[in-house]
This record gives sequence, structure tokens and C-alpha cells, in this order.
Amino acid sequence: MCLGVPMQVKSIDGEVAVCEIDGVRREASLMMVDGVRVGDFILIHAGFAIERLDAEDAQATLLIFREMLDRGLGPE
Amino acid sequence: MNFSREFRDPRVARCLLAEIRQAVDGQTGVLTFMEVCGTHTMAISQQGIRSLLPPAIRLISGPGCPVCVTPVDYVDHAIALARRPGTIIATFGDMVRVPGSSSSLLREKAQGADVRIVYSPLDAVALARRNPERAVVFLGVGFETTAPTVAGSILQAQKQGISNYFVLAAHKTMPAPMAALSADPELQVDGYLCPAHVSAIIGAAAYQPLAREGGVPCVVTGFEPLDILQGVLLLARQATAGVAKVEIQYSRVVKPDGNRKAQQLLAEVFAPADAHWRGIGVIPGSGLEIRSAYAPFDAARQLPVAVEAPREAAGCLCGEILKGKVTPHQCPLFRTGCTPENPVGACMVSSEGTCAAEYKYGI
Repeated sequence: MCLGVPMQVKSIDGEVAVCEIDGVRREASLMMVDGVRVGDFILIHAGFAIERLDAEDAQATLLIFREMLDRGLGPE
Repeated sequence: MNFSREFRDPRVARCLLAEIRQAVDGQTGVLTFMEVCGTHTMAISQQGIRSLLPPAIRLISGPGCPVCVTPVDYVDHAIALARRPGTIIATFGDMVRVPGSSSSLLREKAQGADVRIVYSPLDAVALARRNPERAVVFLGVGFETTAPTVAGSILQAQKQGISNYFVLAAHKTMPAPMAALSADPELQVDGYLCPAHVSAIIGAAAYQPLAREGGVPCVVTGFEPLDILQGVLLLARQATAGVAKVEIQYSRVVKPDGNRKAQQLLAEVFAPADAHWRGIGVIPGSGLEIRSAYAPFDAARQLPVAVEAPREAAGCLCGEILKGKVTPHQCPLFRTGCTPENPVGACMVSSEGTCAAEYKYGI
């Protein structure tokens, strides 16, 4: 139910953004998220943007994963 | 990029599993971690995560599927409204097959009721705009991720001067049932994988009392396989070190304070109320009711109907399953009397119900 689909913002008209993922386009209300810009990735739930995807934070998590790989903890 | 591929790398999964094994090395007894989100339930089953974890860690599912925790009298109320002349029921897809005491919305639809599946509550507002002579009732079920979208739809209808849009509200709010379950002496929860998108709205700080006073480790966790494994790792480290704090694994979306704008929207339209959770009972302040300022949009107030006396299906263990006390295999109806085709309980109906997940992906 609380499924959020990350989509990229293609255009914005007032409080409504047209977003796209894998060629699928859909309108989403921006009622709950301020300062969204074209090109941002936003999480869409039931026709509303509920949050922006924070690329910096995602990279920070991925860095932890890369360091793990470098330490070679995983048996092949 | 939307990062879904990066969070599915099997090489990293092997590393995380090695670290999990290290974390529980020497651990006597089993650590039980509960996930409280239907999307986690599905992801854990779909990715086969249980089979990868060491025997010292047990993952169980809690009351994280909103459709599953919705009591049967709500379904009966929706069915009574569907039978009301001139009414259109608009709902998310999961609700239509949930058995009520003597019918379901799907059966009512087959008998001529106008029941429509929508993707967004805004679609239901649009439906009301196109059908001004009819009453459109949206079934407001869901946690804090969904409740603000329903609040938004009511504000939209008000702004557009639409007077034939109504909501039958049965929203529930999250940290309360987790506190209720940790206080249950029959159930030992050593850590919570906290719901991802609920937390995007309410913020990770909402779990502080659970960690601080309840002494239960809490990790807000995302839905990709690496998210879940990292969430389990963080819980295992807390539990074995004997600490209980709130950590955010899903930091690319969830912030400590959550989404303030969504919280405001929710508080504008809804007020906290006691709510009945299937299997758990009434939990004070764990639900949302429409404030009297928005009473014109409240289906319960505006469209009175007679609702039959609620009757739970005999033999269905949905309630115990929602508390994590029983697994689907322990239910005598599982896979025999109760299947996704002919579900007896809501846990088998909803695509994110524990029984549906076990039926689809279990061994």
C-alpha cells in the first residue's frame, strides 16, 4: 500500500508535475513537497510526491557498500 | 538515477551477509526482528532473504498491511454504501476482494454496484466532478503515507467546490501498534525494521520512545535487497551490543523529522482517534478521524446506511498472524480452504499480506 515509485520530473505546471519512469508518464501533485525542479527524482505515492530522493545520501550509503567490497568480506 | 539497480548488487549482498554472520557470532538464542510494512513483507519473501540469514536471526511480519488490519465492520460499512442508490465506491485495488461478514465489494460489483478501482484519491475527486448527480465515496484506508494524500484530496474537492465527494476514513497511524506488540509478554521482539515510506512522512524521530523507553532497537529500512540486509545488520549489531536506538538505513528518503508539509496536511483534515486493529484490538489514539470542519466530506456522517453485525470468518488466524505469533503454515486454512483465488482472510487478499506473500514465494 505504501508503495513509492521513484520517478523523474519532466515538467511542472503549478502544483502538478509530469513524471516519468521507464517510459511511463504520470501526473503527480506537488502539494506535499516544496522546491521540486525539473530533473529531480521524487517518490510518488498514490498520485502525490511524498519526498525527494536525496542523491548525496544515496551515494553515502553506496560508499559504505563499496568499502565493504574493497575489504573483500564476501566469499565468492 | 533512481538507485534501484545499485541496491541489488549480489556481491554487496554477500559482504553484508558475512558481516551479519560476524555480528551474531557467539550469540546464544535467536534474535527476532519484526518488519511492520507490507512492502517489506513482500520484498523479504520475494528476495528469499530469510533463507540467506544465519539461524540466529528470525524475521517475522507484523501489522504492516493496512488492508489486513482493517476490521471486518469497515468492509461491511463500505459494502452497505456500495448498495446505496446513486453511489460510486472508489478504492485502491486491494480492498475490493476483502471478505466482509457476508459479501465483498467484488461480489457487490458483480451484482450491479458501481465499484471503481483508482490509483489516486485525486482520481476519485475527478470521478466526482464528472458525476455531479452521484455520491462518490473513496475508501480511506492506509497509514501515514496514504492519509496525507486523502487529506489532499479533501482539500482539492473543497477548493473546486465539489460537494459529492466523500471519504469513509479508517486510517491508522504507526508507532502505536509497535509499542503495543513490544509490550506483549508472549511476543519477544528484539528489533524493528521500521516502515520506509511511513517514516518518510512521520520521521525517524517518531520511534524514539520505542527505543528509549521500550528498549527496542529500531532501524528505518528501505525496500531493495541491500537495504533490507543492511537494516538487519544494523539491528543485529544493536541487539548483540545491548543498545536500543533509532537508526536510518534508508537515508536517501527518510529524514529524522519527516515531511513537515505532509504532517501539516494530515493534521489539518484529520484528528487522532482510537482505532480497532484486526487481531490486536482497540489502540487509543492510533487512528485518524475527519475533523468536524471537514464533516461535509465525511461519508460516515453524511451518508447514513444500515450496516450488518460483524462476523469474522471461522478458523481464520489472520489476527494472530498480524501479531507475528503464528506463521501462515500454522493456519489450518492456509493453501487449502484459503487461497488468493478464494481468500478467507484479509492476509491472503492483499498483495502485501503475510499469507499472500507466503503463498506466492514460500517454499
